[in-house]
Amino acid sequence: MKGKPLVSIVSAGLSKFGKLEGFYAREIFAEAAKEAFDRCPKLDPKKDIKALFVGQMGESYEHQGHTGATMADWAGLLHIPATRTEAACASSGAALRAGIYAVLSGLCDVVMVGGVEKMTHRTTAEVTEYLAMASDYPFEQWHGITFPGLFALMATAHMHEYGTTEKQLAMVAVKNHYHGSLNPKAHMQKEITLENALSSRVIAWPLKLYDCSLITDGASCLILTKPELAKKYTDTPVHIIGSGQASDTIGMYEREGFTSLTAAKLAAKKAYEMADVKPEDIDVAEVHDCFTIAEIITYEDLGFCKLGEGGRLVESGDTRLGGRIPVNTSGGLKAKGHPVGATGTAQAYEMYLQLTGQADKRQVKDAELGLTHNVGGSGATAAVHIYRRD
Amino acid sequence: MLAVQAQQPRFIFIGGIKVVSEQPQSFTMEQFYKQILQGKLVGGKCKKCGKVHLPPRPSCDNCFSKEFEWIELPRNGKLLTYTIIYVAPAQFQGMAPYAVGIVQLENGLKIPGMIRGVAPEQIKIGMPLTIDFGTCAATQQWPQWPRYHFKPA
Repeated sequence: MKGKPLVSIVSAGLSKFGKLEGFYAREIFAEAAKEAFDRCPKLDPKKDIKALFVGQMGESYEHQGHTGATMADWAGLLHIPATRTEAACASSGAALRAGIYAVLSGLCDVVMVGGVEKMTHRTTAEVTEYLAMASDYPFEQWHGITFPGLFALMATAHMHEYGTTEKQLAMVAVKNHYHGSLNPKAHMQKEITLENALSSRVIAWPLKLYDCSLITDGASCLILTKPELAKKYTDTPVHIIGSGQASDTIGMYEREGFTSLTAAKLAAKKAYEMADVKPEDIDVAEVHDCFTIAEIITYEDLGFCKLGEGGRLVESGDTRLGGRIPVNTSGGLKAKGHPVGATGTAQAYEMYLQLTGQADKRQVKDAELGLTHNVGGSGATAAVHIYRRD
Repeated sequence: MLAVQAQQPRFIFIGGIKVVSEQPQSFTMEQFYKQILQGKLVGGKCKKCGKVHLPPRPSCDNCFSKEFEWIELPRNGKLLTYTIIYVAPAQFQGMAPYAVGIVQLENGLKIPGMIRGVAPEQIKIGMPLTIDFGTCAATQQWPQWPRYHFKPA
């Protein structure tokens, strides 16, 4: 199994990310699905697609549950089995994993996986409350710890242990906003300066406004099939060669330490082993930068640098386009935006573009191997996938 | 099924809230908070493998035993990490900015909570803290739990 494709991506779709006023989640999902169908004329969606797995975090936003069937209906895929996967911000990372189970089991030749979230019509206070549901209620939310607060606890610990600075955190934001400026589907397509980031208002010290990802509307999807069927649908499939998903305590306080995410390290180890590749083999990565500190910790968890050197890695410029290992070329959650349920498969969409040479101004030259890293909550879920071009 | 109490427990009323006056047989978070209201910081110790759970659990995640005893936990510990919350959820907005942190008790167990009685710029990782039940009262909304906090030891 080592290094062999588990499944192949034959098409992918992404809605515009941003403040999509006047649209419902299902309408946004239909836009992403339509792009995936248009990209793959040899696919007959109604005949070929045998199941849908769709990630969404919250039903509170639109007072609408039963997301699986709703999205299948609006995507034009009536009557197929359709199931929502929920793992907080890793909801569609989990949908991707579920799609891999479905194809590898032999039960389905072709499946759609995706994710969606419609958030911006709610007030910031409401969104803050809904997002907090991804963390522990009895000991974290109950004592006034917000979602940014959890990552701020990690940031304080990382700064104390390794000397990481607020300036290095801001550098993640500056880099990802630069990448976002090259992505026509990104929520924010303008560059920011270090000064903008460092002088923005404090949300949960040491994290400031520009250390936080955006409240965004959006949807994403992929069409997966068995590797042996991939060429029936496209000449340029992208193969998923490694998949890892892991969980951890829901209460962050119960964990061994606060400067790395055990679930992410375990998921990465599984994915690397399955793909038979090493961190230094990866050409491009999309990682879960829900907060700037999360990207720095992720560099270390994925083995892109040594423990404690994440701050220095962003400072070196190695993770910027043109660097040794460009990270979040899409703009990441920070600039492309973070419609929570859509994020995992939106990361895979960027990998699909990069590994088929369709990433335009943000194309990583000769990219062969890619990685996505999707985290739920403060790290109680993590999903890591490794991709190879055909 | 959760452990069911064999005998009718005796209740007392503290701050208008019905509280079990004897040590409860259910090793749940609700019972943890009811004991906080009585000024006790407790954990559930597994009688089979000895693991101490904070918060208590009805079933041991280490050996799956359902046999526990309550033990009082140390009230002092040291601060492992902290943050100052400026943008707070609705019910805490009146208190912002406020400090929250994760405290490691003297027996090694960890517990989060607000840190009060010290200026934010004086808070340091590693500083000794002690739990304070002084202002504890159960809230009137669901769930009816009190909030302890930490202060400099």
